[in-house]
Amino acid sequence: MIDLSMPLIILTPLIGSLICFVTRRQWAVWIGLVTAALTTGLSIKLIWMLVTEGVQTYALGGWQAPLGIHLRADGLSAIHLFMTAVVGLAISVYAHGYFGAHHDDGEQRSAEMFWPIWLFLWGGLNALYLSNDLFNLYVLLEIVGLAGVGLLTLTGTRAVLIAGMRYLLAAMAGSLAYLLGVALLYAAHSTLDIELLGGLVQADRVAVAALTLMVMGLLLKTALFPLHFWLPPAHASSTAPVSAILSALVVKASFYLIVRLWFQVFGHVVTVEAGQLLGMLGAGAIVWGSIQALRQTRLKMLIAYSTVAQLGYLFFLFPVAAAFPTVNGGTMAPWLVEAGKGSIYHALSHAISKASIFLSAGILLHAAGSDHMDRMRGLADRLPITVFAMALAAVNLMGLPPSGGFIAKWLTAHAVIGAGQWWWAPVIVGGGLLTAGYMFAMLRPVFLPGDPHQPLRPVPRSMEFCALAMAVVSILIGIRAADLLDVLMIGQPFVAFGSGGGPL
Amino acid sequence: MSPYLLYSIAGMVLFAFGLHGLMVVAHILRKIIAINIMAGGIFLFLISVAARNFDEFPDPVPQAMLLTGVVVALSATAFAVALARRIYTVTGQVELDQGEEKE
Repeated sequence: MIDLSMPLIILTPLIGSLICFVTRRQWAVWIGLVTAALTTGLSIKLIWMLVTEGVQTYALGGWQAPLGIHLRADGLSAIHLFMTAVVGLAISVYAHGYFGAHHDDGEQRSAEMFWPIWLFLWGGLNALYLSNDLFNLYVLLEIVGLAGVGLLTLTGTRAVLIAGMRYLLAAMAGSLAYLLGVALLYAAHSTLDIELLGGLVQADRVAVAALTLMVMGLLLKTALFPLHFWLPPAHASSTAPVSAILSALVVKASFYLIVRLWFQVFGHVVTVEAGQLLGMLGAGAIVWGSIQALRQTRLKMLIAYSTVAQLGYLFFLFPVAAAFPTVNGGTMAPWLVEAGKGSIYHALSHAISKASIFLSAGILLHAAGSDHMDRMRGLADRLPITVFAMALAAVNLMGLPPSGGFIAKWLTAHAVIGAGQWWWAPVIVGGGLLTAGYMFAMLRPVFLPGDPHQPLRPVPRSMEFCALAMAVVSILIGIRAADLLDVLMIGQPFVAFGSGGGPL
Repeated sequence: MSPYLLYSIAGMVLFAFGLHGLMVVAHILRKIIAINIMAGGIFLFLISVAARNFDEFPDPVPQAMLLTGVVVALSATAFAVALARRIYTVTGQVELDQGEEKE
């Protein structure tokens, strides 16, 4: 019997989204929550199948490649599906409380459309992590991008409209650059299947042009410094659940695709210089994003710039990887694997802790009625659970042991030094200090003595517990890191297809 | 020069024009049009790719990609134009950078 786990993981949120769209609002919330729980369950089931049976593939409609589209799940997909499932479920529960507690006009409009668009986005993300077809991936990138802008602009205020337009133009330009790269590859090799292309692509001019276009387009969508201009206003101006979705999940989708292409399609094409360039941009992101974060006076702006900075850590994978070609029987450098683990683990731990921080920030903002940090004085006494969650997630972002962030930064630092590229190490360590700097700047006001009689809007408990649950999970993934890293290595995601690479 | 090459190069030139326009022009509608010119360039390239082997029949896959691409571009453009209209109604501005410091 053919196993339907992979198509179901994509179809469930899409069908849920359609039902939410046509039913009345009171029901949509519950249908949304049930769909979220089902999707999470199916994701966990698929990951379990990966652990027990290895890489999973599914030919859509029974058509085999090169004509048909394959779904394929390996360790890299599994970690991203896990990330989306955990964060997605928490955000869904939080959104139930959040939209129930807000009654002004813009928020009402958001509440009606939040569920269909969010579930649609979730389906798009799941499909993106499973698809094995370059053109299919283009369509999914557009689905994720358009749904992201749709969620962002729901409240319809001046700030979100301008931020949304910027985001939309950047996302469309990025997707089109990617599409041109796909067209070039198809013109040269007459297939769109990632697995087949991995064996066909050689280091010629077409491949270099395609790699440049695709990576540039995806970097714009990942908001790597200096292409981050659209991110801070977009992530800071939306409602709390939407900020968490955009900052934790959506930017990771295009990063995932860069990793997928870099290793499995362009394994023969990438050069040391290209890797060093991406590493430099990553270092620039850490420094620039942190300095900007330190200068902010608005809570959500600070957190958004922190995303710009933290995304930089993801890119130390590329300079290390480019120094150790894994193709044509080259050495299987252990540092490459280590850098890959560090980078992907950082994506996971950042997603979980950033979701927690944005959800907590949403609670503080809702209670205090403003996102100016001086209005948040004294909230530590009155919303202890939220502030505790925020502080715990901050520990994770700073990279203190035993959190997931510590594991990620440790692996990355270990890999760059082991690979002889010591010049990245000061940035990694210094970036941790800068993170501590702006995280303390974020937490400082809530611990200052404030007016104990300042009127606060009541906060549903479920929202506080969602933020706390995410923060606790971000610490737990540090303790259970070895298991998750084993899952990541299923199917050798850092080895080019068709290179006949031996076991790592 | 074969027609395949001619149309391919024309497509690339259109893409470059569109990208340049997107970065240079300020009016939101003109930015949206620039994006559509970029997309048009890619579509022209795809349709010429379909004819890259003259002796045989045209390759249907790039044509299918082109059709899907047109649908995606149309929906994205519709969304962008709706957003641009809303920006004009709410703020009265037609450029993104106008009066950013207010707030």
